[in-house]
Amino acid sequence: MRRTNLLAAALIAPLLLLILGSFLVPVGLTLFRAVADREVVATLPETSAILAGWDGEGLPPEAAFAALAREAGAALQARRIGDLAQRLNFERTGLRTALLRVARAADRLAAPHAQSLPALDARWGERETWLLLQRAGGPTTALYLLRAMDATRTPQGEVRALPVEERLYRTLFLRTLGISLLVTALCVLLAYPVAAAIAGLRPPWSAVALTLVLIPFWSSVLVRSTAWFVLLQREGPVNGALQALGMLEAPVQMLGTRFAVVLALVHVLLPFAILPMHSVMKGLDGTFLRAAASLGANGPQRFLRVWLPLSLPGVLAGGAMVFLLSVGMYTAPALVGGDRDQMVAWFIANFMNRDVNWGMAAALSAYLLAMTGAMVGLVRVLTGGVAQAGLRG
Amino acid sequence: MTATLVRFDGVSKSYDGRTRVVAELDLEIRRGEFLTLLGPSGSGKTTTLMMLAGFEDPTAGSITLEGARIDTVPPHRRNIGVVFQNYALFPHLSVAENLAFPLSIRRVPRAEIGRRVAAALSMVRLPGLGGRRPQQLSGGQQQRVALARALIFNPPLVLLDEPLGALDKQLREELQAEIRRIHAELGVTMVYVTHDQSEALTLSDRIAVFDQGRIQQLGTAQAVYETPANPFVAGFIGENNRLPATVLDATRLRLAEGSMLATLPHGLQAGAAALVSIRPERVLLEAAEAAPNAAAARVEEVVYLGDHCRLRMAWAGRTDFFAKLPRQQAGQVPQAGTTLRIAIPEAAIIVFPA
Repeated sequence: MRRTNLLAAALIAPLLLLILGSFLVPVGLTLFRAVADREVVATLPETSAILAGWDGEGLPPEAAFAALAREAGAALQARRIGDLAQRLNFERTGLRTALLRVARAADRLAAPHAQSLPALDARWGERETWLLLQRAGGPTTALYLLRAMDATRTPQGEVRALPVEERLYRTLFLRTLGISLLVTALCVLLAYPVAAAIAGLRPPWSAVALTLVLIPFWSSVLVRSTAWFVLLQREGPVNGALQALGMLEAPVQMLGTRFAVVLALVHVLLPFAILPMHSVMKGLDGTFLRAAASLGANGPQRFLRVWLPLSLPGVLAGGAMVFLLSVGMYTAPALVGGDRDQMVAWFIANFMNRDVNWGMAAALSAYLLAMTGAMVGLVRVLTGGVAQAGLRG
Repeated sequence: MTATLVRFDGVSKSYDGRTRVVAELDLEIRRGEFLTLLGPSGSGKTTTLMMLAGFEDPTAGSITLEGARIDTVPPHRRNIGVVFQNYALFPHLSVAENLAFPLSIRRVPRAEIGRRVAAALSMVRLPGLGGRRPQQLSGGQQQRVALARALIFNPPLVLLDEPLGALDKQLREELQAEIRRIHAELGVTMVYVTHDQSEALTLSDRIAVFDQGRIQQLGTAQAVYETPANPFVAGFIGENNRLPATVLDATRLRLAEGSMLATLPHGLQAGAAALVSIRPERVLLEAAEAAPNAAAARVEEVVYLGDHCRLRMAWAGRTDFFAKLPRQQAGQVPQAGTTLRIAIPEAAIIVFPA
């Protein structure tokens, strides 16, 4: 008994390590980046150490000013000041300039630095700047997680919502949630009759129908989204056809609208709703409907009281699948959507590729993960009772 | 009230327009009877039941219930209870909710539903199990619930489609007794489909033996077993020895190998070819010299079956003539190789035209 257990463990081990190495570790590291704060310690170790001993009253000692000038200058020489400048400027706009001014002038600055630095840039004479630098000493920060919820921390350390005109991410998450829920609802509504129809087909035709459902998978999401880009153009076939039919007088702007995003997402994700529904419906015994009829239930009653509840696990599985994929969708909205239609994934990509702000990218990812996790949990709770019914029991 | 509850008039069913699964079926089902449709698979018995339930449409003919045509009425308006082989209990509903289903569809008041569900559960001897899910019950319990669900809305007719097929022998016998008891208690008309001849004999008031889409014989269990209408019925219900023969005169046949067989008047013309059917249990063993159709037969093989022995014997030029020896008293079992004196009473010989 013990030996077979060991053998089983040994057989599973490689797979477990693969999952651990290729999935859990990268995700864990990414999530850690959402709270990691290493730039100041890495680039300004001495300044950071001095600031750690500062009581936060008035201004820090002269040694801190001197260390900052020396270390900033050295970092500029070694071309590794960029991360730090980015980090400081993200928390407070303008600090990039302040830091770079000191770094460039490092050699020429005369003691006492506590006077020459503020002379170069007034911000070095403000207590808030030094408090910020002190708090950025790490090793962790709530900066990114707060900012991703449109909040910030004052130099005094209180958490406070950003002014309305600077808010961005709450709307973004609500928009992502809204688009995903709409896409999920549309996919479920469209997929349900299709899945039911396929489940009702006889053997050769059911295979044909399933293949038709799967054909979109033969091309990538990029290709399919690009196709919508072509179709929805002002001079594209959709506008052309609607005009030819007399339903439109002039071409309508469709690209760059929420409509286009939802359309493309529904198209891309529909198979993911059909397949789980179909597999559940195929397992349903047709005699359930016969039994319901023999007990007096008419068509609508048979559907509402027997077929719908029995196929509900498939609906929930398909809906959850579509929602999870839709929440993280990047390509389709990026191609056919406008600036106001972009979802969280687009911002994550931007923070990684354009701004090289891994902290924000990671913080947004963390919230996205939490959102999908919450949805999975919700579906589990909802299906709890249904799953217990054990459809094939 | 007439004695006839259901009437099939010239009902045919064909799926492809050529072969008829059910062919020109005429059948009257009497009020309150237990009628079994018995036959091999593909004989049309299940199709007949499904046409009655409304899940299949007849290609031709008409079906009436209480004198009113029902073959054009959709199944949910026929008010006929159906018990399915695989139970077809709704897995998302509890046992009580399954039983309440037909009542709530009929808008029976809630309090009455509760009362009738409890009564139905105690009728099938499952009181207190209403809160369970069907899949928490054993196969036998599930079929009891299915039976109760088909009866709870007081339909005049209940159809049972091989309801015990999935159960083991002991449970099957237990449920047969239960079904018989419920049938007697409620006086409801039941139509039962099975391919198990012993089940049909156990349960039925009348048996309709199906083959190739037609009723081969309709009668009581005794009539179907003892006076089969044709070789198919004789062969399908119970065992029989079949021997080709030629008619000598009104009460005598000559078997293929040459020996003579005395029978009751059989009504066939002299010289006609005939087929003789003899049930193994009607063969007398260790018979007196003067017994009818007495002859010597060698025991080829003995199978001991507890309550009886099955003997394969050499007789009338063949070595596959079977006889049953009941074990009324303990004693010697005949040995293979010994010769016994057998006899066949005239009344035990059934003669069919070949």
